[in-house]
Amino acid sequence: MSRLQLKFKACTINRLIGTALISLGALYVAPHAAAQDTPLISGGVGFFTSTNRGNTSYTSVISPVLEAPLGKHLLVESRANLLESFFPKGPGQPGYTTAHFVGLSYLQLDYLATAHLTVVGGNFLTPFGTYNERLAPIWISNFQDAPLISGIGTMGSGSGTGGMLRGSAVSTPNFSVDYAAYFSAKSTNEQFQSSRSTGGKVEVYFPKRRLEIGTSYGRLLEGTQTNSFGTHVWWEPASMPLKLRSEYAHGAHAQGYWIEADYRLSQFRGPESLIGRLEPVFRWQQVFRNGPDPTDGLPSADTQRTDFGLDYHLPHEVRINTSYARQFSSTGNHNVWETGIVYRFLFPTWKGK
Amino acid sequence: MKSSIYFLLSILVLAALPALSQVGGTGLVPAHKGPQVRNDATHNAERSDGERKFEQNCSRCHNAPESFSPRISGTIVRHMRVRASLSRRDEQDILRFLNP
Repeated sequence: MSRLQLKFKACTINRLIGTALISLGALYVAPHAAAQDTPLISGGVGFFTSTNRGNTSYTSVISPVLEAPLGKHLLVESRANLLESFFPKGPGQPGYTTAHFVGLSYLQLDYLATAHLTVVGGNFLTPFGTYNERLAPIWISNFQDAPLISGIGTMGSGSGTGGMLRGSAVSTPNFSVDYAAYFSAKSTNEQFQSSRSTGGKVEVYFPKRRLEIGTSYGRLLEGTQTNSFGTHVWWEPASMPLKLRSEYAHGAHAQGYWIEADYRLSQFRGPESLIGRLEPVFRWQQVFRNGPDPTDGLPSADTQRTDFGLDYHLPHEVRINTSYARQFSSTGNHNVWETGIVYRFLFPTWKGK
Repeated sequence: MKSSIYFLLSILVLAALPALSQVGGTGLVPAHKGPQVRNDATHNAERSDGERKFEQNCSRCHNAPESFSPRISGTIVRHMRVRASLSRRDEQDILRFLNP
């Protein structure tokens, strides 16, 4: 949950009301869309525990997603996070204290300009690597903790405020090429914090091989201007429920990689069977420091970490996640035990015809 | 005290949501079964472009939802067009698969 906690900011009632009004405005305009284009609310609700260096914290999260089509070419999208944490008061102090946060991950307007181009405006997730845009939602991620290198290339807050062009440049039965390019202005707004930056990514996907290779680039355009590079390889063979994902990123003061494998045991009596609902997961990651940077969110020293997890997919979109991790670093080795339960929801905003 | 109430409310909401979601299947929301992705060889030969594209693009990151209302299938696919960088053709094929 550390990444969530970094991202969430305490908000004022005024800003919440403003956000709610924008969302309600989108919902008001949207009823004129086609019957199958009813706005929807999706997302996840979760409760997590984490025992790190012997200290156990508890976190409950609600993460709703709003999708509201406007006409044939526009889509309003937003994801919020409401979080309540309970954690030990600190060394020598008995008992627990609490903190709550409410924040938006993104609020954007998408214009489907052509068959191969979508123009995005507003506050959007920074397109660097795969974790920030694809794997971060609590109902998707296999592990509670983000990869150690997730701070590289995402420009601090993980979001940009400005514009982005993205889409599928080429799509054939043998391969497809996707792209995203953005420019973000600096924003100190409590809900939409972002850095002045630019960047993008290109991905090539071979659907018959189920192989994806991509590369990302980001440049911070404020302060000491720095570059970030990244590459990722995903392979998810069609013949078995195995997913192999990996990512490498190089930032101004650190570089690292992660490799993750998960295998749903659905080949044993099907995905609905007692055993078929199990999903062992494994992640190995390393970070190498080449200079101190207390602002990048990465470990302060060279670090290796191994995560072993076991997820269980209950009926009705409920999933239980458990994991054990051992982290090795010159600053100290320690264990991390984590458990969680997540419910994923998806429903229309109102009853239709 | 206030924190404890938040905590208990969160637990209650979490516990109640799976039950509430079943309302969708009983009339309030005309839910239909979500896309079923199969991997066996026989099925691979006969599946549609839309199913193949759904499996190749959407299922890369997440499992298919168990069920959803047909009224939001267009919204789901439009969302996926942006998130997964689908072309318009791919979007239409997947929509036909979700709403045959």
